Parts: sequence; C-alpha cells; structure tokens
Amino acid sequence: MITIKNIEKGFDGRPVIDKVSAEFETGKCNLIIGASGSGKTVLMKCLVGLITPDAGEIEYDGVSFGNMDADSRKIMRSKIGMLFQGSALFDSMTVEQNILFPLDMFTKGTRAEKQKRVDEVLDRVNLSQAHKKYPAEISGGMKKRVGIARAIVLNPQYLFCDEPNSGLDPQTSLVIDRLIKEITTDYNITTVVNTHDMNSVMEIGDRILYMFEGHKEWEGTNKEIIFSKNDRLNNFIFASEFLKDAKDMRMLEVSGKIDNNRNMD
Amino acid sequence: MNIFTRFGQFLLMIRGMFTRPENMRMYWKELMHQCSELGIGSLGIVSIISLFIGAVSTVQTAYQFVSPIIPRSVIAQIVRDSVILEFAPTITCIVLAGVVGSKISSELGNMRVSEQIDALEMMGINTKAYLILPKIMAAMITIPLLVIIAMTLGIWGGRFVGDVTGILPHEIYDRGLVESFVPYNVTFALTKAYTFSFIITAIPAYFGYNVRGGALEIGRSSTTAVVVSCVVILLADYILAQVLL
Repeated sequence: MITIKNIEKGFDGRPVIDKVSAEFETGKCNLIIGASGSGKTVLMKCLVGLITPDAGEIEYDGVSFGNMDADSRKIMRSKIGMLFQGSALFDSMTVEQNILFPLDMFTKGTRAEKQKRVDEVLDRVNLSQAHKKYPAEISGGMKKRVGIARAIVLNPQYLFCDEPNSGLDPQTSLVIDRLIKEITTDYNITTVVNTHDMNSVMEIGDRILYMFEGHKEWEGTNKEIIFSKNDRLNNFIFASEFLKDAKDMRMLEVSGKIDNNRNMD
Repeated sequence: MNIFTRFGQFLLMIRGMFTRPENMRMYWKELMHQCSELGIGSLGIVSIISLFIGAVSTVQTAYQFVSPIIPRSVIAQIVRDSVILEFAPTITCIVLAGVVGSKISSELGNMRVSEQIDALEMMGINTKAYLILPKIMAAMITIPLLVIIAMTLGIWGGRFVGDVTGILPHEIYDRGLVESFVPYNVTFALTKAYTFSFIITAIPAYFGYNVRGGALEIGRSSTTAVVVSCVVILLADYILAQVLL
C-alpha cells in the first residue's frame, strides 16, 4: 500500500499540488484522474521520487520514501516499475534489449535465464514476435506494451502508469487497460494509473482519485463515480451531451423508471 | 538563470557523477561504446582536417619566407611547432566540439525530453554516472590519441604538399623537423588535449542533460553547448599557454 499525506508542490511560487492525501491499495488499480493541468503527472512524479514534494509524506508499505538515504531509495526504486506517457523506450535498443537492460543492470543470472525472463514478459504482453524490432518500427500500442513488459521484468511491487492510453485508439486502449488490470491482480501489486480516459475509469478503476486544480476533489470507486453529486467531477466525466444523456439513462434504469432490458435496436 | 547558477549546477552535475556503479560490467560496456562512438567515429574528420592544415601551413609559411638568408628547413620547423602546439590540439578540439558536442547535447536532450532519463532514474540508475561519466572518460581516452594522430598527419600533410608542389623537398623538410625540436611541446599539447576533451564533453552534457521543453529547445541547447564549448576552449588555450609556456 502507498500512503500519501498532505503532499504539496509548487513551481515558481505557483502551487500545483495542494495538500493531497490518499491511499493506494495493494492488488488494486488506483486511478488518478483529472483534466489536463490538474496536477496528476506532478503528483505521480512526486510519488516515484522524480520530483521532490515541497511538503508532505509518502510511505511505501509504512516506510517513508522521503527519509530514505540514496542507497535505500535505489533499492526501493528496484521494486517500482513505471510506464511513461511516451513509453520512454531506449531508441537505440531493440525491444528485447530494452527489456534485457534492467535485467543486465540489476540481476546476476546467466544469459539463458535472462533471455527466458524476457520471453516470458513479452509473451505476457502478447508481443512474442517483436523481439528484434526497434521502437521506431512498432506502433504506439506495441510501444506501450513493451513499456509495460520492461516495467514488470524485475517483478516490481508497485506499478505506475502515466497516461497509458494517450494517443491510442479505443480498442487498443482497452487491451492496455485489461493488461494492466491482469498484471495487478496476477502479481498482487499496487498499481497507480494516471489517466483522463473515462473508459479506463469504468474498466479498471478499483479506486479513483479525482484531482481538480491541484487538490483532491473526490475519491471513490468506479461504481460510485457515476452517481456522484460532485458538480466538478460530473462536468469532467460527462463532458459531452452524449455522455450526459447516457448518465441520465443509467440513473433512470437504476431507479427502475425504465426497463434496462429494453431493445436498443 | 545567471552564469553563477549555471556554473553551480555544472559543478553539482560533476559531483553527482561519482557514485558506486550499479553494475561495473554495464558501465564498462558503455565506456567502450562511447570510445568507439567518440573516438573512432571522429577519426575521419580529424584526419581530413589535419592533413589539410599541415598542407596549408607549409604553403603559407613558404609564401611568407622569401628571404634567401633564412634556411628553408625553418619552414618545416614552423609547420611542426604550429601543428604540435596549436593546430593539432586546438583546431581538432574545436572541430570536435562541434561534432561530438552537438551529438552529446542532442542525444541527452532527446533522452531527457522523451523521458528516457526519467526511465533510467526510475530503475534506480544514477543517470549522471551512467550517461555522462562514460562520455567524459571516453573523450579523455580517445581525444588525446586523436590529437597525436592529428599531429602526425598534419606534419605528414605538410611534407607531402611541400614535396609534390616543389616548395620544399622532403629531404630538407625531414631535416627541419628534427632541428631544435622541444619534446616538452608534445607534453604541452597533450595537456591541452586532456583539458579540451573534458570541456567538449562535460559542457554539452550539462546543456543536454538539463534541457526542458521539446525539439526546439534540444536544437537550441545543442547550439549553445557548441558555442560555449568553443569559447571555453579558446579561453583555456590562452590560460594554459600563459601558465605552461
């Protein structure tokens, strides 16, 4: 479990994160959602230590991340996997070399053992045919899957995904979402996903934290979010008339005013 | 950001490079890769420049020496000392500041902007140590060797042109080369080469590593890195000449 308490961060005197507290549970997909510029990415970078917060506490399973010395932080980082928004694959390396890199750097196994692990994780993300391809030769969705494979190759306890669906079509987004969900439950890891894709929210959002202008505006599950009375959250989720109508329909269904088994043709 | 802040950041970057490597074998592999990239990759341009600088030096020196009382072998001495003292270390390094410096700056800048540096940090790798230190060490290993090659080719280029054009027969040129030779000049040139190798890798690495923004900023930082490296090389050249000669 990851616990954050009163995290604050500002740039050039402008607050970007304002006293955010939350808990991200193990074995669940914890989503941070919010409009662009709401502070999601900054909060995630604070969580993983890429940005140092101005105030507040971050604890990984009860151990304070901020108070760790450099060596302990390195050890902790080896337990964290991260999928970046642009995948952040190493351009000069093939898919296989990208995944092999953390193994070569941090493990002592034989070449055959490492290769076996690479094959395993590439199979896990359904990319068993892409070993020798360079990042420039594969699609956006494949890059994300390679990013996930690299993030999980060292069996992390915590997985962070920054906008895993950005730039992907809805079908590929669904594949990535399901993959993240499966990995989270199969390996029982703490997953934190940063997104503004409502499909992801409904598909994998076990716990959801809604950020608005740097502060935590709402927290709940994907079952609760649709019935939320929070206007800012509703404006964010149901931004289009189509979605507003869909929500109204759903409310009517739930209240029994219309038959939810009606013929949609 | 003023010059003192930047200098402070630069010093912190240098200090940050010196930590225990996460995996010595991987660092060694990276060092060898950089030696190949920076050293062997620059061999062609260094060879071409050195040959022509030696050739032009011979022609221009002969052009200025019209007095019959000065022996013609002096031309070879002047070419030799010019090449060893200035052309081989300084001109080679200024060219390398452009070639190697822009490469380092844009490579690190691109890695920064595309979050590859963040990805390495996330794995628990000290990116200053893994990405910058091998480049500086590789430059300090290979650039002095390139300067030695530049000295040899420069002097040989002068000899070849002198002979081919009839300005200076090679017998006289060879005699001139060994007359009044001061071995300390080579030591001085290599001292300059070591200093310049640090400058042409550390400064572009600083600018590339600290890029913020996108493609435009990468290009801008690359240009700034080359300009600053060249100015610092010339400044260091003057200081070393003043102190060591």
